[in-house]
Amino acid sequence: MVRNPFVMQCGEFHVDYKQDMAIWKIARVRWRIFAVVALFALFPMVATDYVVGLATLCGIAAIGAIGLNILTGFTGQISIGVGAFLGVGGYTSAILTTKLGFSFWIAFPLAGLITALVGALFGIPSLRLKGLYLAIATLAAQVIILFVISRWDSLTGGTAGLVLSRPQIGSFTFMSETSYYYLMFVVLLITIVFSLNLFRTRVGRAFIAVRDRDIAAEVMGIDLFKYKVLAFFVSSFFVGIAGALLGHYTMIVSPELYSISVSIEYLAMILVGGLGSVFGSLYGAVFITLMPVVLRSVVDLLSGTFPGLEGVLVGMKEVVFGVVIILFLVYEPDGLNKIWLNIKNYFRLWPFSYTK
Amino acid sequence: MGILNVQNVSIRFGGVLALDAVSFEVKEGEIFSLIGPNGAGKTSMLNCISGLYKPTEGDIFFKGERITHIKPHKRAALGIARAFQNIELFPHLSVLDNLMLGRHVRMKTGVLAGGFYWGKAQKEEVEHRYKVEEVIDFLELEHVRNVPVGTLSYGLQKRVEVGRALAMEPDLLLLDEPMAGMNNEEKEDMARYIIDIHEEKKTTIILIEHDMGVVMDLSNHIAVLDFGKLIAYGTPKEVQTNPRVIEAYLGEEHAV
Repeated sequence: MVRNPFVMQCGEFHVDYKQDMAIWKIARVRWRIFAVVALFALFPMVATDYVVGLATLCGIAAIGAIGLNILTGFTGQISIGVGAFLGVGGYTSAILTTKLGFSFWIAFPLAGLITALVGALFGIPSLRLKGLYLAIATLAAQVIILFVISRWDSLTGGTAGLVLSRPQIGSFTFMSETSYYYLMFVVLLITIVFSLNLFRTRVGRAFIAVRDRDIAAEVMGIDLFKYKVLAFFVSSFFVGIAGALLGHYTMIVSPELYSISVSIEYLAMILVGGLGSVFGSLYGAVFITLMPVVLRSVVDLLSGTFPGLEGVLVGMKEVVFGVVIILFLVYEPDGLNKIWLNIKNYFRLWPFSYTK
Repeated sequence: MGILNVQNVSIRFGGVLALDAVSFEVKEGEIFSLIGPNGAGKTSMLNCISGLYKPTEGDIFFKGERITHIKPHKRAALGIARAFQNIELFPHLSVLDNLMLGRHVRMKTGVLAGGFYWGKAQKEEVEHRYKVEEVIDFLELEHVRNVPVGTLSYGLQKRVEVGRALAMEPDLLLLDEPMAGMNNEEKEDMARYIIDIHEEKKTTIILIEHDMGVVMDLSNHIAVLDFGKLIAYGTPKEVQTNPRVIEAYLGEEHAV
């Protein structure tokens, strides 16, 4: 007899609630997770610097996207101020390390905290505003923060921005692509585990309750104002962390790096990846970060054969970006995460997909 | 002094006086029914009690404390739970998570403890899981424990709605038409659950229901509202024979 390799629940019995409430309940799934983590931990050893650098950018985007998803996907508060909050994180770390002489290891969490506070401040209108109206309020945050950043010359260096250095431990500097990848990797792992845990405990459930039915949530004893502002706080913390990581990676912060198009890009990540899904944010971040790179290489490939086409194809990049988002909204609003789940579910019943 | 005292509560929406100086008392441990024709102000009354509406005039006392201006979430912590008329469950969450949300006010875990799932947070989750499993057992929801609520049948959703309120271990349970739209079998089940809740958990229940058979069989006391006014109060027998109630339900000619 050939056993269906995808059926893993067979013979798995949980004898107490602790086992039943684990994130990954099945031993073989846990091994698979370990294998994937190990794969990503080892891959810089064989990959080129260019690829490792791309992976670092994907990972940093994923941390920010998870942050945004906590707010928009899980708590239902649309925000188009992510770009600016990334900036707050980047600039906080830049100012603390270059102007005040803090070490990166202190400036880094502080960047998260200060972004969280700024986020919570701009989250206050969420008590009165919902949906699109709140989105416009967060747009105000985007504009105000960018304005302050570009005009407060003495602190932020104005439009020229600030130059950062790579973090150090003792005499070791995270200068190489590989070392910075590992720094990102650790932060990303903590972010993922933290948010997975958050949404299986009290506060995370309350966030989802606020998203699904705010009136019922209030009658269940959830303080709407507190939890909405808290969602802004937690979300902005991770966005700030991502901003600081990005700043120290590119070693420069300047206002045009945090424009509204960055905010839209992050919204696209969680839309394409899957609203209200931690892993969806990861898939979406990788997808949106790599798409221009892939398009670029396709254009390069084609322009070798059709030299005249390059000018046209370069302009097509934005078009393809828009088309992809529309296709996702129409065909799979739950995003890449849902597609992955569908594939898994298909094979769980394979080859008898009609039995259930 | 009853567990809930409603004193002269009026509420006005523009030109409509939805509740007009309504007063009544709910005694501890009883099933108290609020009946009346459509638009009589029954749900408005429940909204005043659970805090979604603020009365224009009058006061509400719960366990001797004035709660007229307290926010809904604080009333939940005081021990008032509610099941809604139109199902207000969290559709994407499983039955288990919906019920765990009922435990919200009784739990403490914050963002940090929850995010790192420290020993204490984990212990608390497990402890409250036991309480939730009791409710699941009580309402016979075992087979749908892990199913997203949105995919359940209407009757089951209604039961989960009651279960979520019950998971709060309330002192006062507000049930807004728990049997609306159910067939006879489902109604009988629900009536049995309500009696069980009342007898086993000694919970005080305020019930809004249109099925007079159910109301007359279950209630200790009944208050009748008509156009926002309290027109009768008493035991089922007293209310049934009250001419003003007959008039409100059947029209003037029958009353004579």
